[in-house]
Amino acid sequence: MITIALFAYFAIRAGSNFTDTLSLSSAVGFAGPYAGIAIGEVLLLVLAEIDLSAGQVFLFCPWMMYWMHQDGLPLVLAIAIALLSVCLVGAINGLITVRLNVPSFVTTLAMNFILYGVVLVASNDLQGSPIPLSGQTSFIAQFMGVWKWSEILWVIALTIILTVLLTRTRFGVRIVATGGNIVGAAEAGVPTRRVKVWCFIICSFVAGLVGIIDSIKYGTLDPGNFGVDYILYAIGACVIGGTALTGGRGTVVGAFIGAILIGVLQDGLTVIGVSTNQFFIYVGVVILIAMAVNVQFDRIIARSRSR
Amino acid sequence: MSANALPVEPEAPVPAGAPVLEVRGVTKSFGALSVLRGIDLTLRQGEVLGLVGDNGAGKSTLVKILCGFHRPDGGELLLDGQPVSFSSVENARAYGIETVYQDLALIPQLPVYQNLFLGHEITRLGPIRFLNKGEMRKLARQYLDDINVNVPSMDAEAVDLSGGQRQAIAVARAVRAANKILLLDEPLSAMGARESRLIIDLVKDLASSGRISIIVIDHNYAHLFELCDRLNVMSGGRITLDQQVHETSIEELTELMVRPTVVSWRRCRMPVPEAAAR
Repeated sequence: MITIALFAYFAIRAGSNFTDTLSLSSAVGFAGPYAGIAIGEVLLLVLAEIDLSAGQVFLFCPWMMYWMHQDGLPLVLAIAIALLSVCLVGAINGLITVRLNVPSFVTTLAMNFILYGVVLVASNDLQGSPIPLSGQTSFIAQFMGVWKWSEILWVIALTIILTVLLTRTRFGVRIVATGGNIVGAAEAGVPTRRVKVWCFIICSFVAGLVGIIDSIKYGTLDPGNFGVDYILYAIGACVIGGTALTGGRGTVVGAFIGAILIGVLQDGLTVIGVSTNQFFIYVGVVILIAMAVNVQFDRIIARSRSR
Repeated sequence: MSANALPVEPEAPVPAGAPVLEVRGVTKSFGALSVLRGIDLTLRQGEVLGLVGDNGAGKSTLVKILCGFHRPDGGELLLDGQPVSFSSVENARAYGIETVYQDLALIPQLPVYQNLFLGHEITRLGPIRFLNKGEMRKLARQYLDDINVNVPSMDAEAVDLSGGQRQAIAVARAVRAANKILLLDEPLSAMGARESRLIIDLVKDLASSGRISIIVIDHNYAHLFELCDRLNVMSGGRITLDQQVHETSIEELTELMVRPTVVSWRRCRMPVPEAAAR
């Protein structure tokens, strides 16, 4: 709702400048990575866990694909190995968290630095280029990210899949149960540790997959430390989308919409000529307002339900 | 549902009165704290066994061992005469053992019907296990109507229910799913008079079928005397009294609880060490 209101505001302020496809696609371009990370992250937030490494995973996965491809592996195999490697990262995050009882905040913070370091060392601090498929016009290349709408379509498809997973499967019930009352869930027979490890794996996989699409879209890889930026926007997107960090509550669609909102804000402010520096102030204010509205809204709903 | 994973034949005829569950010398410590110091207990087919004891006597710990949540440090469990060890709650449940916990294993953010089916979800489409929400909602409504539990709606979240309603759902969940043994850890603690009545009737109904054997922990003697066939008193990690309900009285039990040592070693089924030494 807030996203639509904001969208309308920018549309009116900037007229056709904002709604024309160039600008829309750049809003979506900003939002794509945030959304790709946020929709997996939301599963962990519902579990009352967090994955701070997902932003770095988003960058690490295409690097992995790039290195494998440089070493002469066929592209399909390179992508498969890259995705497997980020699943492994997720599994390590999860296993350290549930087996060694390290809080996931710490586990994944450490993992974030490790992945960043691995990329710096292995890339020798140089840009990665050319990315396979990038700039080509074949259907496969278009599908895998070259076409400007393909990334957001991938994200939408993943949003639908994860929504179904969270709301329509037994696994989804187990996620909510584990996040809502972990002792009660365990007593009722939910394998809470296994559920957590799988969610870490899913979060990494989704971030890595969208990361590959994103790298093919832009054509170069930068060894810089954008992972932290990405993950903070993604968590912001989840919060805007109504996810409670205390666990048990949150929707994948909400996280997606939250990410789009941040993208629209980032792009819209540029189009109406506000300095990009002010963007951060707006993002902060929006996150605060969204959270406050959500909490109040929940309270009103709870009151009306209990009558 | 769990029925397809039963390692025991549910229809195997067990004569009434035969031991269903035997606990032999079970011990359990948490760090330096020795909670169970050698529990011997027998649950017979179709009976309701009450467990009484002060706070900290180890009743809840015993229940959590019987339902597979904790593993015992020593001793053994026999189910229908066969030694068993439960690797998890799911595993114990596959043997037909269901539990209502003192801390109510309800999930605040899940709707009533999903709480009622938690751990027993009805699913379809094989390995992906899509929830059959319509079916679960329908069965949940039917079942709760049958046993006269009133909730605002099947889609109300547990967090919005009263304590008594939550408890009724927790008990209903276990009663619905149990097919061998039902463990009730203070099932009436948060309930008003009407709801207590409802749960007592529900448990008595289940017991009179003779199919299920029940262990119930409660502090309210009136409830216990109405529900149970037999009472075991726990104290200091041991069973200190084992008697049929009609052989004892509320007064005697109260006496026993107030001055446990004097009465218990005279009546003890299993000698306590001090008594054995004389």
